[in-house]
Amino acid sequence: MSDVVQIEDLSVSFSTDAGAVKAVDGVSLTVAPGEVLAIVGESGSGKTVTAKTILGLLPETATASGAVILRSRDGATEADVISIDKRRLRQVRGTDVAMVFQEPSTALNPVYPVGWQIAEGLRAHGRLSRKQARAKAIEILDRVGIPEPEKRVKYYPHQFSGGQKQRIVIAMALVLNPGLIVADEPTTALDVTVQAEILDLLRRCRDEFGAAIVLITHNMGVVADLADRVAVMYQGKLVEQAEVRTLFAAPQAEYTRKLLAAVPKIGQGLAATQDRAIARAERPLAAPVVQARDLRIQYPGRLGRPGFVAVDGVSFDIRPGEVLGLVGESGSGKTTIGRAIAGLNRVSGGSLQVLGLEMNGVRERQFRKVRSDLGFVFQDPASSFNPLLTVAECVAEPLVVHGRASSAAEARRRVDELLEAVQLPRAYGDRYPHELSGGQRQRASLARALALEPTLLIADEPTSALDVSVQARVLELFAELQREFGFASLFISHDLAVVDLLADRIAVLHRGKLVEEGTGAEVLGSPREPYTQRLLASLPVPDPIEQADRREALHRLQSQSA
Amino acid sequence: MTSASLTSRKRPLLDRIPVVHQLRQSVGLQRGMLVAGLVLTILFLLVAMFAPLIAPYGFAQLKNADGTAFGTTQAPSGAHIWGTTSGGYDVFSRVIWGTQTAILVIVVAVILSIFLGVFLGLISGYFGGWLDRVLVVVCDAIYAFPSLLLAIVMAIAISGGQSSLWGGILAAAISITVVYIPQYFRVIRSEAVRIKAEAYVESAKVVGASNARIMFRHVLRNSTRTLPLIFTLNSSEAILTLAGLGFLGFGIEPTAAAEWGFDLNKAVDDVTSGIWWTSIYPGLAIVLVVLGITLVGESLNDLADPRLRGRRRAAAASGEVAETSVVPGGVLAAGPGGVDGLEPGGSFSDEGIEVRP
Repeated sequence: MSDVVQIEDLSVSFSTDAGAVKAVDGVSLTVAPGEVLAIVGESGSGKTVTAKTILGLLPETATASGAVILRSRDGATEADVISIDKRRLRQVRGTDVAMVFQEPSTALNPVYPVGWQIAEGLRAHGRLSRKQARAKAIEILDRVGIPEPEKRVKYYPHQFSGGQKQRIVIAMALVLNPGLIVADEPTTALDVTVQAEILDLLRRCRDEFGAAIVLITHNMGVVADLADRVAVMYQGKLVEQAEVRTLFAAPQAEYTRKLLAAVPKIGQGLAATQDRAIARAERPLAAPVVQARDLRIQYPGRLGRPGFVAVDGVSFDIRPGEVLGLVGESGSGKTTIGRAIAGLNRVSGGSLQVLGLEMNGVRERQFRKVRSDLGFVFQDPASSFNPLLTVAECVAEPLVVHGRASSAAEARRRVDELLEAVQLPRAYGDRYPHELSGGQRQRASLARALALEPTLLIADEPTSALDVSVQARVLELFAELQREFGFASLFISHDLAVVDLLADRIAVLHRGKLVEEGTGAEVLGSPREPYTQRLLASLPVPDPIEQADRREALHRLQSQSA
Repeated sequence: MTSASLTSRKRPLLDRIPVVHQLRQSVGLQRGMLVAGLVLTILFLLVAMFAPLIAPYGFAQLKNADGTAFGTTQAPSGAHIWGTTSGGYDVFSRVIWGTQTAILVIVVAVILSIFLGVFLGLISGYFGGWLDRVLVVVCDAIYAFPSLLLAIVMAIAISGGQSSLWGGILAAAISITVVYIPQYFRVIRSEAVRIKAEAYVESAKVVGASNARIMFRHVLRNSTRTLPLIFTLNSSEAILTLAGLGFLGFGIEPTAAAEWGFDLNKAVDDVTSGIWWTSIYPGLAIVLVVLGITLVGESLNDLADPRLRGRRRAAAASGEVAETSVVPGGVLAAGPGGVDGLEPGGSFSDEGIEVRP
């Protein structure tokens, strides 16, 4: 057998306060040399635990059984990671198997230059002089596509962008030329255009370095783009294992089918929004709920330094009952705009009218009246509820603050109605937020935002922290509620496919400027601006055959703009 | 969801009582530490409560009921089980009565510092701006003072150095207050600054809640989880300062109250002449009480942090596979292992220590 890693009947349990919890249950997998195996699953499916077991990185509270047999690249030595001692484990790590972490900004030590950090791995495994180690570091940086590696080798992590940092993390994994690289959500923290580049690099790891890759991800588009073989995990068990094309073309397991169906795809929203667009066109133009003209938002700088301009000269309208999707990568200013509409950020220039009130230079006292017409859904379902209040108390909070009810108990009837509107059982009102899952919390968050029946709802990436199947459910609910309550909405997201599902019109932001605005069909169907084209082309689609074509198209686009 | 599963999420009563919950949760060395600390602390409290019943003599008593003097530096005997001091007091009785003085100092010091420190920290952290900067500078300046020096100054200012019971207690308590207000201030301030940025506070702002409502309903209640730890450290520091004052001669007169530091001071000369009982017992009392309270504080701190908390090892690959979200829309049970999954019952124990894993 020449498999680089062979997992046999692996089971992992964690001891928790409530007794043992099994995370991985009887999983058997093999990875051939030069193969990319993707392990997909939702949070809690055991995919990360499986990957960490390969490196022997399980925490002390974990107990593992079964075997994980790791072979060196030449096949000369093999070791069972679960049973070998720590000294041997250290030898295996780095030389036989290496890891690429999810968050590149925390995987690098900020107080050492990147060259030193790459050399550290080299010197842990062999006798290399400082000079040799440096030469190797420069060479590997060059190969992962860092420009001017001779100079950059002395740079500190904060001097690189997020995508470059991830390249360096990959370089660190590659430097000892291991037979296997475990990549745990390597692109989740990155923007979609950067993600495409990192996926290209990982493909080169396989083709040029001949490394096998175990790719842990929840993104089906990434799987379609990179993987040769896919293993689907669910509740600690392996549900299905197949070649990537077979899996996407003809998924066998029920769970895989549902998972694939839940992935939003561009073009789905077309039919839904078309009817509404026609209906709206017949109505006379009403005064916009939100009107931005040359909006400029600047964060104050430190003493003596100019501030950071997050939003610069943006103009748009949101009409009553309309959903405007605001798309952009991190740092594009999309969240800042949403927060400015809700009065959480100051407007520093231009004009922003929210429900008829000018926000430039507004006083909190004037704005308080408007607030009852405004709802906000936050990105992180974990932190958007006060952990010490029950869900009912949290949802009742707007009602109590605006004097519609004297106490949370009195508002309970209305709260129950709201919970039912977002399809949560009434009894959930008595629970505490941590007792709800992420999707349930996000639904409760919607209930809170709708408590006062606002005319405008701002949703700041409401589904980006959720699993794909849960996301599908929440988006569906959002669309339903929008139809029912008829509120206007600013829907902020980094995911084009999600915005496409819901939005009547889409606005694309890039570095604080509005690049393109139009209906979903206009912006996503035939984008005019090169940035939008690139953004669209970078988005991996969950179909390996189509994705291969799209990859080609993206490369052409990149070579044109270069 | 049936009502049965909802009622079942209530933790059993025993688990909801603050310290008892931690005690049941702990294992191994951490449990040993907590138990030792609790035994010492409870013993201390019981002795203080029943001091009049336990102590055979008063703390200022020099003579038997029939008018004969105890005699100075008498070795331990049937009449005086821990002997008598050079001043002619019964050592055992004074050690027992000393627990009451110690408790008084703890109560006064904590009451004085906790309210002001928490309030200032909350305002400073929540509003920020120039007020915050001024308060932080003042607190940093106070850190530069040694607390014992402050205590001496206080002792002189309050009672001219000749202290009565309340003079000595207030001197110790106020000096500790001055030093500990910045500690409560800092802890609450940093929590307030952190919580201010949490989405639920912003959500309250969007809703239009007033600053006072946000501060007390959302920020304060979530920022008190480290208070029990400072509270215990504060208590032991209070005892040490009182004892230090007494040892330096700024303590409480023996006729006003029993105080361990004062007794130690008077016992210094005895040590060289082979009279051990006058110093050992008060010294031991100080050490054990401080140790007991500190052990409780440290264990509570460790147990509150899931990364430091020890757990029993899972048997080889045992346990149930956790239920995770199912297509579509997620199961109606929350998190891995359902509602009672990782943490049975609430994620906050009653004294506000977050115990979520």
